[in-house]
Amino acid sequence: MGFADVFRTEWPRLVATLMRDVGDLAIAEDAAQDAFVEASTRWPLDGIPDRPGAWLVTTGRRKAIDQIRRMRRFEDRLPALAADPSTAESGRTASSYADVDREQALDDQLALLVGCCHPALASEAQVALTLRIVAGLSTPQIARAFLVSEETMTRRLTRAKTKIRAANIPFDPPDMDTLAERTGAVCEVISSIFTEGHASATDTALIRGDLCEEAIWLAELLSRLVPTDPEVAGLHALLLLTDARRPSRLDSHGGPILLADQDRSLWDQPMIARGLAELARAHSFHRGGAFQFQAAIAALHATAPTFEATDWPAVLRLYDVLLQRQPSALVALNRAIAIDRVHGPAAAVVALDAILVADDLTGDVDDYVYFHTARSDVLARLGRLDDAFAALRRAIECSTNESERSFLRRRRQDLNEVVDLRRPR
Amino acid sequence: MKYMLLLASNPADEPAPDSESFGPYMGEWAAYSEALAEAGAMVAGEALQGADTASTVQVRDGKRIVTDGPFIESKEVIGGYYVIDVADLDEALDWAAKIPNSHFGTVEVRPVMEFDG
Repeated sequence: MGFADVFRTEWPRLVATLMRDVGDLAIAEDAAQDAFVEASTRWPLDGIPDRPGAWLVTTGRRKAIDQIRRMRRFEDRLPALAADPSTAESGRTASSYADVDREQALDDQLALLVGCCHPALASEAQVALTLRIVAGLSTPQIARAFLVSEETMTRRLTRAKTKIRAANIPFDPPDMDTLAERTGAVCEVISSIFTEGHASATDTALIRGDLCEEAIWLAELLSRLVPTDPEVAGLHALLLLTDARRPSRLDSHGGPILLADQDRSLWDQPMIARGLAELARAHSFHRGGAFQFQAAIAALHATAPTFEATDWPAVLRLYDVLLQRQPSALVALNRAIAIDRVHGPAAAVVALDAILVADDLTGDVDDYVYFHTARSDVLARLGRLDDAFAALRRAIECSTNESERSFLRRRRQDLNEVVDLRRPR
Repeated sequence: MKYMLLLASNPADEPAPDSESFGPYMGEWAAYSEALAEAGAMVAGEALQGADTASTVQVRDGKRIVTDGPFIESKEVIGGYYVIDVADLDEALDWAAKIPNSHFGTVEVRPVMEFDG
């Protein structure tokens, strides 16, 4: 196992353990960071230890003690830390390394995850903290991923850690009665990280695969920490089934390829299989939920040999259920597209227009590119070419993404030619 | 009869901790608190930590909604206060959610300033 693999596995465990020892996130993070820095200099010379986790915890605790001695505030934590005999000596044998109980380690990591996603923190802070504290991304990496300056991201993280300390936001494993709620908050954070990577609104390249991968890694971790939550399994399944299509989503210029036109032979079949297995596991709990419904829809797409051969009536039925649970404009839009497939463009345009005037849906499609492109497509097939053209123009106005705009201009060009062909000569 | 004096100000207007006027400014607070106490008028008084440490709690349709930040809704006015002593923010939020007007109002939960020494 290389250093990068060890880091990936051991980082959250180390931070979580130190967090329980010290009770202060900033100290735990710094001590963990210092421990890994020491590992990166020692291990190339001594070799990676047989139990790297134990080595890291021992070293991390020593670093934490050093830090605490430099600060007056946390001296009451010293006796507990210093009681671990392995931290007292400088020469150590394998047997003196701290042993971390496996159950405890899982609890600590769950405490870390739900703590980072505490509702008292702003949602962008929850996202940044989760990526830094649990996934172990560096601040510059996170800044780049979200297209902000390193300074901005540093400030965001510092403010969050200051509030955690000042308001004493607890990092404890959740009680049974709050587990679903706290886990739900983590799912939302993971989902928003994936969404950011999957269809970035601000990058010139439409997909940031690294964020998708981080989200999937986090979903898998959460799945291990909370194995009996069907929505967690549902989220994990959804991300796998969605990301499996990634190889087919962009053309050679970095522009988007729609689902209808994607080369399905490029889809990652092992990933689809894993996603389907997770979805089956979710269903075994017999407790429906939004992520599970979305995953079921993704599964129908992932297993369909072609766009036309997709079980559209089943997709529509799932969107009907999902819309009741999650009355959002986005879900209504995707449902309207399924209506197009099942009942044709006339019914679809009625459904699409209804979204614009609905007052019981969250979110807004007025400025949403995909709403207008979908509407344009349906209108064109109804023969309402001028309306289709206008919708496409609106789509281009709304787009904030250069490769997307180029794609839409080509569509407009195609439509232009159709309109010209139909003009009486 | 009792009153609550609600101290609202723009943090930008206060003397900065590293400025020359800060010391004398703190002295004014100490003198004021002392004067209140001496007059027998002091019931309770605290400085709160900054707005960045605030969280708000609302209960709507039986569901508790916690958000980051201080309360800023203009139609709502401050109607009272409690100062509680609990283990961590989660306990404070639990108590905040139980306040009778959390169902139509907003409770801001802010940690009280702790001065060392």
